[in-house]
Amino acid sequence: MSRTEIRITGFGGQGVVLSGYIIGRACAIQAGKHATMIQSFGPEARGSACSTMLAVSDTEVLYPYIGRPDVFVAMSTEGYDKYADELKDDGTLIYEQNLVHPTLKEGQPSFGVPSTRLAEQLGRAIVQNIVMLGFVAAVTKMVTHAEMRGAVEASVPPGTEALNLAAFDAGWDYYEQEYGDKKGEAAAAASSGA
Amino acid sequence: MSEVIERAEALAEEHPVAPYLRMDRIPHIWCPTCGIGTVVKCFVTALEESKVDLDKTSIVSGIGCTGRVAGYMNLDAFHSTHGRAIPFATGLKLGRPELFVTVFSGDGDLSGIGGNHFIHAARRNMDILVVLVNNFIYGMTGGQNAPTTPLGAKSSTMPFGNFERPFNLPHLAATCGAVYVARWTSLHIRRLTKSFKEAIGRKGFRFIEVIAPCSTLYARLNKLGTGFNLMQFYHDSTEIRHGADTRDVGIDYQDEIICGKFVDEQRPTFLDMMHDQYRRTLGDKYVPMPQEGGHIHE
Amino acid sequence: MKADPAGVLTGAHYLDGDFACGEGAMAAGCRFTAGYPITPSTEVVERISRRFPMMGGTFVQMEDELASMAAVVGASWTGTKSFTVTSGPGFSLMMENIGLAVMMETPCVVVNVQRGGPSTGLPTMTGQADMMQARWGSHGDYELIAMSPQSPQEAFDLTIDAFNLAELYRVPVLFMMDECVGHMTEKVVIPPADEIEIVPRKLTKSKPGDFEPYRANGQMVPEFARAGDGYRFHTTGLTHDERGYPEMSAECQDKLVRRLMDKINGNADKIVRFEEEDTDGADVVVLSYGITARVAREGIDLAREKGVKVGVIRLIVVWPFPEKRIRELAGTVKAIVVPEINYGQMVLEVERCAAGRCASVCVPHGGGGVHDPSDICDAIMGAVK
Repeated sequence: MSRTEIRITGFGGQGVVLSGYIIGRACAIQAGKHATMIQSFGPEARGSACSTMLAVSDTEVLYPYIGRPDVFVAMSTEGYDKYADELKDDGTLIYEQNLVHPTLKEGQPSFGVPSTRLAEQLGRAIVQNIVMLGFVAAVTKMVTHAEMRGAVEASVPPGTEALNLAAFDAGWDYYEQEYGDKKGEAAAAASSGA
Repeated sequence: MSEVIERAEALAEEHPVAPYLRMDRIPHIWCPTCGIGTVVKCFVTALEESKVDLDKTSIVSGIGCTGRVAGYMNLDAFHSTHGRAIPFATGLKLGRPELFVTVFSGDGDLSGIGGNHFIHAARRNMDILVVLVNNFIYGMTGGQNAPTTPLGAKSSTMPFGNFERPFNLPHLAATCGAVYVARWTSLHIRRLTKSFKEAIGRKGFRFIEVIAPCSTLYARLNKLGTGFNLMQFYHDSTEIRHGADTRDVGIDYQDEIICGKFVDEQRPTFLDMMHDQYRRTLGDKYVPMPQEGGHIHE
Repeated sequence: MKADPAGVLTGAHYLDGDFACGEGAMAAGCRFTAGYPITPSTEVVERISRRFPMMGGTFVQMEDELASMAAVVGASWTGTKSFTVTSGPGFSLMMENIGLAVMMETPCVVVNVQRGGPSTGLPTMTGQADMMQARWGSHGDYELIAMSPQSPQEAFDLTIDAFNLAELYRVPVLFMMDECVGHMTEKVVIPPADEIEIVPRKLTKSKPGDFEPYRANGQMVPEFARAGDGYRFHTTGLTHDERGYPEMSAECQDKLVRRLMDKINGNADKIVRFEEEDTDGADVVVLSYGITARVAREGIDLAREKGVKVGVIRLIVVWPFPEKRIRELAGTVKAIVVPEINYGQMVLEVERCAAGRCASVCVPHGGGGVHDPSDICDAIMGAVK
């Protein structure tokens, strides 16, 4: 099956839905795949565990919800605790390493990124989600670097493109530095051995 | 025999208000001595003297005795649902901003079931004229208690006397933001006509309450005599107090009725405020709806 | 005629169903919207309120849904295409003035992004349990048109069709989305304005003195005059004659209400719209609509893998119901299986049309989610046993 399921979670206000939107847009518009995004949120506008689901496929997405995601992106402890169990046993875990302290399953590829700290280094903690997005794009390679970057540029508020693209690059570069080339496999192997 | 000839002559001459009415719908449904017809005559006279473009004038009513006014006026006329004349009129005004839109309905329709729309249209300063004929009772359905029934007055659902405090409608309208507020009785023909003319010349949410007799129900249930007796009462018990504090113009049972123009001020209407806000924030990008409406045609 | 480019956001977008519906309305020429906030429909009017000022449209947030619907009917009488958007509780409040729109023959569109009910129910979660309310919710006898989109792309495309049908038949068209489609984001392609066909309000060419607002002239749909064009017409929610004057008689009632119903029923062949696939020689046909039609196809694939011949009917126009086709199919299949996110609403229509010649199988879901495709497969397998 060509279908890839993704869940992104965090607390409200972290930009969870925008992250899902940009990935979906990159897949559906830039890369010409089928991508269905569904958001779920509590009645509270801020703070509660917020989550978005994406189903990406080369063929039409019929069933819109996801069952066991192939990729799980956790930006908060509460979100991680709520959804960690549904991740496929061999699914990829991506997490904010200063906020989420995962219990890793054997053989599970996992990738941590200090996205909040990297965003703060850019001067705006609010772009944490875009740093994470750059990192996710680099880990998964589900679309090309240019496609995802194009979706970021087209989706953020006018006037904030430069900051957001810098955030995207920071996330992507962090992956290249920490896990790039052989390092990625090494990290996966190391984590699976933990 | 001479009487017959006189009648024939009278018929040959058209009544001065006939062009404003749907004469093919006359006789109307209102009872003898009902005050609504008089209010309509005053409104028609005001329309005539104000020289408004009748082709651009719409009238909207809700349901009830006064709710039938729209049906007798030779204008674009809308007999809408119970209580919803004001939002219906809001749609007409916003759909074609050049229209002059009047709502004509009763106390139960506008302040009972439609009370929420009344206060919000006043708050927005929606550019409509609201004429509320208040006969203190639900007439068409048989004399039930209204939000305007004075304390102690009897109605068919308060057979032992009303114990609910009624609305003071001019005060309600004024506190919600109406820019023109007046009250008259159907006895005050000249003053009411003048008030209609004044209100027609203003912009924004304009409210005129007209106290009118319902001899069939209100007077009968309260043993107040005939329509003539009620008019006599208006004559003896009304006081004209322009500029009165609207807190003081509530109506007690068979007590003094304070009439006059209570509020007459200018404030930007809903559309004025909308245009200003969009022009300020959007500049040249703002495209207002044309005066003739958002109708899209080839 | 072609759409006004001012309202058409041509291009490939990534939009949710609510936004796509709003874009469809603007492309269709809607320039007046009255609404009251209610989850999960509010994004439609948020989209409208952001874009209307740039195209000569006016949005007003009313005090409640009673007012919203009344304002939409009022505005439509100026010739300005108008719509409102709501969900279950607000839909209930709109019913009286939907009836007024039927009686006054006022073109308008009402969007209901369905959530779980009854009452406040599940504000943020999906449902399809207002389908019978769409048909019968206002009092009295009447017919209207209701549609159901299965994707954001259809939320755009079918909203334009809804406005066009409203104009053609002078009737409210109810746009029965569900929360799942409303809050689902997918690719939506908006074509150039000159590729979008819209139906303008058909204004009378009669002179004011000769015009009667409800004289149908042998057509089922009378000609329209706008408020403010000098016709000085009268219209009412009361039973009325061709002049629009109230007439309280059984004869007038029969003439009027019969025409109101006939203009839809008599044109049902033109209005009814559904997708049909693999029904020739099918053992079972699955009939569904909205999001459930997509989910059902997964269940159908599972059943086909087990060797069952399964046909598909997907309703696009839900009301009027495709009676003729369902009657035909009932004579050729063992069962018609109807999954829907309610405890059995459209299945009652299937049952009525099948009239015992095949089984009608309800696959209920109470709302708050969509069916598990395996439940639909199980229902299909059960039907062929």
